[in-house]
Amino acid sequence: MAQQDNASRPLSPHIQIYRWTLTMILSILHRATGVALYAGTGLLAWWLLAVATGPEAYAQVQAVSSHWLGRAVLFGYSWALFHHMFGGIRHFIWDTGRGFDLKMVEVLARIATIIPLVLTVVAWFLAYSYLGVFS
Amino acid sequence: MSMRTPLARVRGLGSAKKGTEHFWLQRITAIANIPLTVFLVATLVVHAGADYQTMRAFLAQPIVSIVFLLLIASAVWHMRLGLQVVIEDYVSSEGRKLLAIMANNFASIIVAVTCALAVLRIALS
Repeated sequence: MAQQDNASRPLSPHIQIYRWTLTMILSILHRATGVALYAGTGLLAWWLLAVATGPEAYAQVQAVSSHWLGRAVLFGYSWALFHHMFGGIRHFIWDTGRGFDLKMVEVLARIATIIPLVLTVVAWFLAYSYLGVFS
Repeated sequence: MSMRTPLARVRGLGSAKKGTEHFWLQRITAIANIPLTVFLVATLVVHAGADYQTMRAFLAQPIVSIVFLLLIASAVWHMRLGLQVVIEDYVSSEGRKLLAIMANNFASIIVAVTCALAVLRIALS
């Protein structure tokens, strides 16, 4: 019965049909970063376990996190954290019933795109200065 | 063709009556996640390249351990709720949906217990 219904039902257009907009990209990225952060908690668990286990395990974490590939993953992880955070704050504004007019939606979208990028760069700049790269 | 009445067939297939709770807990954990993840990022930034003893001594402080336990609870709860929505959106087969949600719950609990045990070992040894 259900199969018969499906056959005659018109399909709604999928994403490739639409012109890409910033709000649409952010909507997709909010979900994508959320799923990525889910995987990222595995890294958090690995790091905490290593500290709990001992210096050898911790040295392995440090070896991976100082490799360029590990560092790229961590960079992505930090950006995903900030991006998802500000996407969430945007949702909190919407939860209060505010910020739905077209102009405000565009303004919020730009803020939620730029601030996470800035914070990611600032965080890494600080991390590298703590590492002593600049001194 | 089933002999059951249309009403009997749809009973139990509607809303799970948990939507409001899901939404609310998702928001509460989201709010909690903001200061907690800022603390995590700050911890990692300040300890970039830190040696083992320094890192362990920092995490072993009671306040730091407490914040990390709260972070684990809030973040894992939030990610569990979030991935459940993703699964419900994209997995249409009822059976596979159930399995995926179950796997999501198991994975979340495993990560939470692993992280919590690690923090407790650091804090209590």
